[in-house]
Amino acid sequence: MLYGYEKLVLQGAWVTLELALLSLLVAVLLGLLGASAKLSSHRLGRLLGAGYTTLIRGVPDLVLMLLIFYGLQIAVNAITDTLGFAQWDINPFTAGILTIGFIYGAYFAETFRGAFLAINAGQAEAGQAYGFSRWQIFTLILFPQMMRFALPGLANNWLVLLKATALVSIIGLADVVKATQVAGKGTFQFFLFTLVAAAVYLIFTTLSNLVIYWLNRRYALGVRSANP
Amino acid sequence: MIEMLQTYGKAFLWSDGFHFTGVAVTLWLLVISVVLGFCLAIPLAIARNSRQKRYWLPVWTFSYLFRGTPLYVQLLVFYSGVYSLAVVRELDFLNWFFRSGYLCTLLALTLNTMAYTLEIFAGAIRDLSHGEVEAARAYGFSGWRLYRHVILPSALRRALPAYSNEVILMLHATSLAFTATVPDILKVAKDANAATYQPFTAFGIAALIYLLISFALVGLFRLAEQRWLVHLKPIQAH
Repeated sequence: MLYGYEKLVLQGAWVTLELALLSLLVAVLLGLLGASAKLSSHRLGRLLGAGYTTLIRGVPDLVLMLLIFYGLQIAVNAITDTLGFAQWDINPFTAGILTIGFIYGAYFAETFRGAFLAINAGQAEAGQAYGFSRWQIFTLILFPQMMRFALPGLANNWLVLLKATALVSIIGLADVVKATQVAGKGTFQFFLFTLVAAAVYLIFTTLSNLVIYWLNRRYALGVRSANP
Repeated sequence: MIEMLQTYGKAFLWSDGFHFTGVAVTLWLLVISVVLGFCLAIPLAIARNSRQKRYWLPVWTFSYLFRGTPLYVQLLVFYSGVYSLAVVRELDFLNWFFRSGYLCTLLALTLNTMAYTLEIFAGAIRDLSHGEVEAARAYGFSGWRLYRHVILPSALRRALPAYSNEVILMLHATSLAFTATVPDILKVAKDANAATYQPFTAFGIAALIYLLISFALVGLFRLAEQRWLVHLKPIQAH
């Protein structure tokens, strides 16, 4: 059906999915860190958090990707050169995950910050009064409630992150966009194969929407809706 | 960095001596696509909220397709996909249009921002308080005049914060233009990097320029919100 390029396209789609999910993991962790930094009582923490979210969100993801991707290798080269080690090439896949995770961590940080602020301060105080440790308060009280407020923003960020993975083909990763471009060049069916790339993304976003719908219902348990 | 600014500073801002480049091109792409997208999104937002299927279904499909796929893929569809079709090459106008990287980029950017903007506006119209529309109807407003004097002024104002986000995302989206050989800020940075092997400096300058434009846009929208959203501000305690 795809002139023998089915396997290549499927492999590309798998790379895209892997890249998106692993970047999501990095971004969520950095987002939680960033949000805690922005909400912390230390001035330095707040400053770092504010710098991270403001600078990253003010610059296009493609520019940051090129900056980090090419810049990181040069920085690593400089370090290995001065220490006298052999050149160490960064794996493009890992670099892609770290770059996208780092960029979208800033967006997740803002979402998490807003969600933490939406929880009544009495909740954490009650935990303290019952002798919970700070970790217990976070995991057992704040996090589950925060997720409900954060979910719409998280869902949005995930869809943006998923679509941003299309940019990694520009820095040379063999994702679904790259695979369809190769197939297009091999068969001169550029139109067909660019539509295939679009269709793969459409399938991913549609599946995501279904999962998001289910998660929304899961985290809204025990909350009365305003509609009768 | 100083050296690179001396060599490429002018190219980063407006011209490489032959063509417009850099900030001038980026802002040109941004303004045209955002203005076109804004104007087209308003009627589509109204159609999106229509009760009749023949109006809302096509708009919903359009916005689902364009919001569900990456802008880069859309640009590839127009720039490398459509132009490879024999039908397009045979017709003079289509051949001229899709051969141009500028026009393909503008088409992709405009359609993309249109899809997001129409959803923002449609949401704002849907969230208008029922009483506002009811009161207008009681005063005899209907059809075009109801939209022109009551619904749109109120909904567009309320949409302003979300819309400002969209415009900044569009600024960032214009950086894709270089993949269609349009000489925007990022293209200049790429050329500077290729010539000097200083990615940190080249892309760093580009990042700084984008950051400044983003801040300027944020400032402009803050002014706009002070001008048009002042009635929705929380009352300050004395």
